[in-house]
Amino acid sequence: MKLIQLNETVTASNDRDAEALRLRMREAGTLLVNVMSSPGSGKTTLLSRIIRDLKQLKIGVMEADIESDVDARRIEALGAASIQVHTSGMCHMDAGMTASAWEAMEAEDLELIFLENVGNLICPAEYDTGAAKNLMLLSVPEGDDKPLKYPLMFQKSDALIITKTDALPYFDFDLEKCRERVLKLNPGIRIFPVSAKTGEGMEPLEQWLLAQVQAL
Amino acid sequence: MHEMGIVLHLAKTLDQTAEENKLTAIGKVVLQVGEVSGIMTDLFTDAWDYFKLRHSVLKDSQLVLETIPAVTWCDHCKTSYETVKYGKICPRCGSGETWLQQGNECIIKEIEAE
Ligand SMILES: Nc1nc2c(ncn2[C@@H]2O[C@H](COP(=O)(O)OP(=O)(O)OP(=O)(O)O)[C@@H](O)[C@H]2O)c(=O)[nH]1
Ligand SMILES: [Mg+2]
Ligand SMILES: [Zn+2]
Repeated sequence: MKLIQLNETVTASNDRDAEALRLRMREAGTLLVNVMSSPGSGKTTLLSRIIRDLKQLKIGVMEADIESDVDARRIEALGAASIQVHTSGMCHMDAGMTASAWEAMEAEDLELIFLENVGNLICPAEYDTGAAKNLMLLSVPEGDDKPLKYPLMFQKSDALIITKTDALPYFDFDLEKCRERVLKLNPGIRIFPVSAKTGEGMEPLEQWLLAQVQAL
Repeated sequence: MHEMGIVLHLAKTLDQTAEENKLTAIGKVVLQVGEVSGIMTDLFTDAWDYFKLRHSVLKDSQLVLETIPAVTWCDHCKTSYETVKYGKICPRCGSGETWLQQGNECIIKEIEAE
């Protein structure tokens, strides 16, 4: 037997799959946006609102869940393309699963696809899905200390959406302190405080998304 | 089930390496695991035993785990300290302006193969 030095991260094969998928989706003209957060932070509600507001775009959603298809049905009810991906117990989506889901959607004409990743602030941040952009949601009830506890996801995200801002009066969530903590971890990140319920703050986020689609 | 996911990717990466290098059997696999990577080594070994039966090139492989100690850097007093012992706050100056330098990784260092 011979000794082979690898010095590769364990996820090297995933990184290669992710790069290949990014390239294919760019050629197809589809922007894939990976959406990460804890369970219940408001992902499906936010995506539903965006689908209703951005009617000029052809939007699809991949719903990754360990079980159930309730979220995929909520999206379908809005008339958008959706696919349910069961991760069979896995705590994150990887590039291979994302590529299969995209193929199964048979929707090469979509301009924007959201991947609603498994609700979890740790594992999804460690796996490149092949998305062109990474978004993360942090809801007001979760607290402004999350950047300190789960720094990796804040570092990996292109934009942070602080959701449920209509609940700010009922929680001691300090928006400025949160912003400061996040920018320290990731100076280039865009931060959008929104309420999908009242619609407050949605406009700048939707403009940013439109610009990302146009820039592809 | 975090370990299961990592092992799945490890097996896939090794399969690709075997294909690229025309290897028929892999023996020892040396993995470096950071002290604060959150990987439970017992669970990891169990998951490995499950996967190696499903990848023919890995069927006689043995996993060797090496620990990478976790080290945190203090930006305030420009020194480093043991993460596991002291956590986020620098034991020298009490600053919280600290960053993990190493200890979060999971690296395939080397393999024995033919
Ligand atoms: N007050 C308020 N509640 C919200 C808002 N957005 C979502 N919610 C509520 O938060 C709960 C969870 O919302 P979902 O959109 O299902 O969250 P999710 O992140 O998709 O949840 P999982 O897919 O189960 O992880 C629901 O009860 C929503 O009505 C908001 O902007 N304001
Ligand atoms: Mg949901
Ligand atoms: Zn110090």
